[in-house]
Amino acid sequence: MRIALFVTCLADTMFPQAATATVRLLERLGHEVVFPPDQTCCGQMHINTGYPSDAVPLVRRHVRVFDPYDVIVAPSGSCVGAVRHQHATVARRAGDASLTSRAESVAARTYELSELLVDVLGVTDVGAYFPHRVTYHPTCHSLRMLRVGDRPPTLLRAVRGLDLVELPAQEQCCGFGGTFAVKNAETSTAMLADKMRHVLSTGADVCTASDASCLLHIGGGLSRLRTGVRTVHLAEILASTEHEPAVRG
Amino acid sequence: MVGRAVSARDLVLGRLRAALAGGAHTPVEVPRDYRHEGTLDLDQLVERLTDYRAHVHRVAEAAVADTIADILPAGGTVVVPPGLPPAWLPPTVTALSDDGLDNARIGAADAVVTGAAVAVAETGTVVLDGSPDQGRRVLSLLPDRHVCVLRADQVVATVPEALARLTPQRPLTWISGPSATSDIELIRVEGVHGPRKLHVILVP
Amino acid sequence: MNRPTFLGMPATAPPGVGHLRGDESFPAAARRSLADPQLRRNLRHATTTIRAKSAGVIAESPDWEQLRAAGAAIKADTLNRLPELLEQLEAKVIEAGGVVHWAADAVQANQIVTDLVRAAGADRVIKVKSMATQEIGLNEALHAAGVTAVETDLAELIVQLGDDRPSHILVPAIHRNRAEIREIFLREMPGVDPALTADPSALAAAARRYLRETFLSTPVAVSGANFAVAETGTLAVVESEGNGRMCLTLPRTLITLMGVEKVVPTWRDLEVFLQLLPRASTGERMNPYTSMWTGVTPGDGPQAFHLVLLDNGRGAVLADEVGRQALRCIRCSACLNVCPVYERAGGHAYGSVYPGPIGAVLSPQLTGVDDNASLPYASTLCGACYDACPVQINIPEVLVHLRAEAVDARRRPTAESIAMAAAAYTMDHPRLYEAAQRASRLSRVAGRRGRGLPPPLNGWTASRDLPDPPTETFREWWAAR
Repeated sequence: MRIALFVTCLADTMFPQAATATVRLLERLGHEVVFPPDQTCCGQMHINTGYPSDAVPLVRRHVRVFDPYDVIVAPSGSCVGAVRHQHATVARRAGDASLTSRAESVAARTYELSELLVDVLGVTDVGAYFPHRVTYHPTCHSLRMLRVGDRPPTLLRAVRGLDLVELPAQEQCCGFGGTFAVKNAETSTAMLADKMRHVLSTGADVCTASDASCLLHIGGGLSRLRTGVRTVHLAEILASTEHEPAVRG
Repeated sequence: MVGRAVSARDLVLGRLRAALAGGAHTPVEVPRDYRHEGTLDLDQLVERLTDYRAHVHRVAEAAVADTIADILPAGGTVVVPPGLPPAWLPPTVTALSDDGLDNARIGAADAVVTGAAVAVAETGTVVLDGSPDQGRRVLSLLPDRHVCVLRADQVVATVPEALARLTPQRPLTWISGPSATSDIELIRVEGVHGPRKLHVILVP
Repeated sequence: MNRPTFLGMPATAPPGVGHLRGDESFPAAARRSLADPQLRRNLRHATTTIRAKSAGVIAESPDWEQLRAAGAAIKADTLNRLPELLEQLEAKVIEAGGVVHWAADAVQANQIVTDLVRAAGADRVIKVKSMATQEIGLNEALHAAGVTAVETDLAELIVQLGDDRPSHILVPAIHRNRAEIREIFLREMPGVDPALTADPSALAAAARRYLRETFLSTPVAVSGANFAVAETGTLAVVESEGNGRMCLTLPRTLITLMGVEKVVPTWRDLEVFLQLLPRASTGERMNPYTSMWTGVTPGDGPQAFHLVLLDNGRGAVLADEVGRQALRCIRCSACLNVCPVYERAGGHAYGSVYPGPIGAVLSPQLTGVDDNASLPYASTLCGACYDACPVQINIPEVLVHLRAEAVDARRRPTAESIAMAAAAYTMDHPRLYEAAQRASRLSRVAGRRGRGLPPPLNGWTASRDLPDPPTETFREWWAAR
């Protein structure tokens, strides 16, 4: 299958290992990955901060860049959520009916990685090897906007060597929330502290999720406390094999 | 503005009409595919009444008076609505029939005995509607103990069935267990302003 | 349609009266709550308890989702037909012996209630917990007129005796634990037993003794309403303690104040809400007491009944096609109980009597977004509130919508708006975007790792590291393959 990668600006810039892992994983499963180079950002930050007008050209660009592809994947539940639940609204608000219907069409072809694997490609054992104790944080937008449900844990349970431990109070937000972490930094920090407490209580050495933004947030906190627990994107674990391990040491 | 005083009524209704004037109005269809009826299960009623700390007694109708005699202290005073079947009252208690009793006498009584209009098994609820065997609302409010005699044919399974049996124009009191509060640390505590003890006598 | 434009457009709630506006922004108020470990323990304990209780009884309802959909649709239908339904309700209440009053705003509503209390010759009223009367500041207005308003709900009594502010819709004293409540009672409750313990049943019994004589001797009660049925003129109040029954039964005069959105079209509609509300709210299959009355019943209960219908900004909310769904709210507070922001920041941080997620969408709409501009941002958009809402209010959608309104309401560009425009421009020009990626990496490599982002982004690095800057971006890696 020919799959277009929507890398997301955050993964492109700050978390490229999630994107390279997505490419390696899909290619290992025998699919062709294409990267449309004119893509930039879905505009989620603008929309969620109150600047939907500024997001209009970004939505237009995203729709133009990805409209030619039948299947689009992003290693980010949050960005897929923006494409699926916000792009058409932004276009409608701007009074652009043609953009609205094209945005809806692109949204219907856009998948978060675990959705693509389980629903479209029909695979739950991707042949990965990752010998670590792992806990999974089901990020809010994957959980409640996309309803990915048990797809990620199902994929994780099939990984050889992986010991999956349930995260207590997993459905609770980590406190990132885009500009929330800046505008309400103290509340965000309090939420992060509880999330980290729960992560540490599992005894896992790796915390995974399918959103780079939440992983940056949780990982930033864990690093500051020098806990030794690493944050690893779901794609990295699924791409990991004996020959190409995602995490060394 | 026109040159006349606008009433608050016209102002509020005018504002609401103006608020709705802009949009297109597609009538909203209300989906009613929730459960309307359920399988009646008297054991469920008993279990759910008990769960919320009501005391349930299942007896034959002829045994109601003896049951009440067991519940109430001998010589106690009992507020009685005008239409309560006299056979329900044991000779061991003093009946205060409501012929316009003042609140002080009602509040000082040991108990009130009433019938009921309907009961909901799924929620453990009895509903009073002010019929002669239930009386004024204050009768079942001020005494510290409420004994409610319920017939099995008054019990329905679900809330929709209960509403269908009730007359909205009557004063209705839905009672699910004794008075309670969850205002302190969200812990349910029985017994605040209403009756602190609720006995339900369920007869076939 | 004949648009009565001479009556003016929908107006927001007036300032200077009532409790819809805080004194400070959400982040500033939240900072104080976050620094109070006792408050945070109380909130965590209480919200964790109620979440579990509610989840348990919701799981018992096999048709919960169908009930939610029905509840949402009944309310949406109600809002579409609000003026006609209010006229129908008015006619039915009058027919049943009640008197109906209309109040365009808090000032009018306070005046109406004060005049009614005076006309009844009372200098004291007993009150059932009511959000609408708190919203308009009725107790203060009565006090200014020489009338004492006694709150009879246990939590409201705790708040009133403690000279405190409510912090939760359902459990206004949720921020207090039993030891603190005991101290307030010992200090403020006349005639209290000095041997009072902190056992919740002992505290409840103390309130029972304290209020009994007041219930029996006060001639006027003021209540809110959970529902008002247009078809029959029936009012409903849902409660637990029996204080509601006392207020609705014992006084000679009953004054009920309700927001106009509390009307429902038909008697049958209550079959939906009487299932949704207790399970979502207190986590009970049914709350201990629900009272329903229609006008005046001769010989039973108050022989004078006044219904006050309150706008106070609701018309303005109704005018917003995205935001009007906030008027579906049945005040269950499920959204507060699941909100991670509420759990940490507490109810007082929201400034308004309506805290939590629903407050963050309702208060700014009632007052105009200028007056509560920080509230739409008091959320991570995690969506837990939308899932919990028994009438399916899409709170995240309204929050995002109101953020755009808050931005549009600012007349001059801000640092944020300039940065957002610049970011959008950059993101729409891939060459600039790639240049920005390189620049950010260089500056990060040059600076100290993980520290020192400039304001306002330093809020992030105060408690979190940024990771090692990647050696190459994804698109560089892709190009080099």
